[in-house]
Amino acid sequence: MSKLLSVEHLTMQFGGLKAVNDVSFTASASAITAIIGPNGAGKTTVFNCLTGFYHPTHGRIILQREAGGTVELQHLRKHQVAARAKVARTFQNIRLFAGMTVLENLIVAQHNRLQRASLFSIAGLFGLPAYKNAEKDAVERARFWLDRVGLTASADVPAGSLPYGQQRKLEIVRALCTEPVLLCLDEPAAGLNGSETAELARFLRELRDEHGLAILLIEHDMGMVMGISDHIVVLDYGRKIADAAPAVIKEDPAVIRAYLGEPEAA
Amino acid sequence: MHVPPPMAYFLQQLVNGLVLGSIYGLIAIGYTMVYGIVGMINFAHGEIYMLGAFLALIAFVALSAIGLSSVPLTLVIVLVVAVTFTAAWGWTVERVAYRPLRNSPRLAPLISAIGVSIFLQNFVQLTQGARSKAIQPVLRGGVTLYGGGDGGFAVTISWLQIFIVVFTTVLMIGFTLLIARTSLGRAQRACSQDLKMASLLGIDVDKTISTTFVIGAALAAVAGMLVTLYYGVIDFFIGFLAGIKAFTAAVLGGIGSLPGAMLGGLLIGLIEAFWSGYAAAEYKDVAVYGILVLVLTVRPQGLLGRPMIEKV
Repeated sequence: MSKLLSVEHLTMQFGGLKAVNDVSFTASASAITAIIGPNGAGKTTVFNCLTGFYHPTHGRIILQREAGGTVELQHLRKHQVAARAKVARTFQNIRLFAGMTVLENLIVAQHNRLQRASLFSIAGLFGLPAYKNAEKDAVERARFWLDRVGLTASADVPAGSLPYGQQRKLEIVRALCTEPVLLCLDEPAAGLNGSETAELARFLRELRDEHGLAILLIEHDMGMVMGISDHIVVLDYGRKIADAAPAVIKEDPAVIRAYLGEPEAA
Repeated sequence: MHVPPPMAYFLQQLVNGLVLGSIYGLIAIGYTMVYGIVGMINFAHGEIYMLGAFLALIAFVALSAIGLSSVPLTLVIVLVVAVTFTAAWGWTVERVAYRPLRNSPRLAPLISAIGVSIFLQNFVQLTQGARSKAIQPVLRGGVTLYGGGDGGFAVTISWLQIFIVVFTTVLMIGFTLLIARTSLGRAQRACSQDLKMASLLGIDVDKTISTTFVIGAALAAVAGMLVTLYYGVIDFFIGFLAGIKAFTAAVLGGIGSLPGAMLGGLLIGLIEAFWSGYAAAEYKDVAVYGILVLVLTVRPQGLLGRPMIEKV
């Protein structure tokens, strides 16, 4: 498996608190890498450093580019993370554009490609062929993903009116419409019921196996994490305490201690 | 055909109100767009409109000095000059006075806007003088709808009034299409709902906000040019009153709502015209402020309040 992302000595300090402390790990293409750990372990902070929300105090985040060469994410601004480095992200809470339709949410995610075709909006305004074609492609891509998650029938309803589980799915396919090489999912199964979680796990596996996508996953549902991850990174109090395959992590005494606490002295 | 004088008088006020209203509508769009996307009231927007009026005036004077006599060509050149320079001012104001305060408490950019407003007023007063400036009428003549024979009231529509209403209507339609179907419009709507999420989808939020200010300033410049044409007289203080009226229009229509701004502008124009025509002309501004107070107390969300889909 080729290495897609390497995080090297990442440290994020807020005043006296090191939310992330010298964390290094890698994520491979066509693999699901999970980041787990108790609340406050620094998982979301890692995501925030990756996607331009925070500028890390120390460390480098190096991404292999499709075209060859590398790009260092810690230097990029938010929109460049998506546009140039092709890293997409979802949040713990749902952040759809609630007032726009389901289809429009997916088309907005293809903004840069459309903007290039729109000639300062003139072609877009008058519906010239160059823009029309680009828009047709965008709609096709959107419909492809809607079909994959069974939302085709809801394409024209406001995104905010979808049931919770479908909004979760829409968030993921919206991120996919930016055509990422790395997809960062922050607790995608939060609030989903058992069958929805199973469906999500199946979908993520398909993305990995059929589309060769690298997925970085923060998740508390251990059943799902152990079931689909190729590789698990465990954080506790901002430090990495384990980094291995799921079977190894399950038996790791440091991980068990982090989750369950010290065994009481007899 | 005999039109009873009261009816004719009513028609004339209606025409006047429509003209005024379409100009207010153009300015109101700038308020509502900026509010929609960055959540601030750009109190310097009235001054941007005033700058547009002055730039148009300068262009008119310059063109007549070189002896350009073609009316359509004059209008086109003045339009281009006024829109270009005013848009540049709009861009600069955002860059200098608002962007550095993007993550500050909401009061900070508001105060900064008032500062910009004072600066621009004084800048124009110093460079252009405090006295009113006038131009020769560019577009003369009109249509008499009803001659007002046998002591009746004549109803006339000038070509200029027709030009103003038609031109603003075309602009507003174009603008509505821009928001509804171009990628820029979609990005603006996305930004108005969630700036951070929009940036994570690869949308350059700073650029989108800049564009919003530029579009708002360009529309205000058109309004400034039309007012210069319509009244023929402007001074450095016109931005204050027009700004507050357009702001009232935006609030009346529902701040953040684009159709609301257009509707609000039209209503304020009509109210002002009819108040001047039937009540006391000297109290027309009071009438408009009264509406602002009334709307804020009775229906703060405005007439078309919170139609999220149209919000920019």
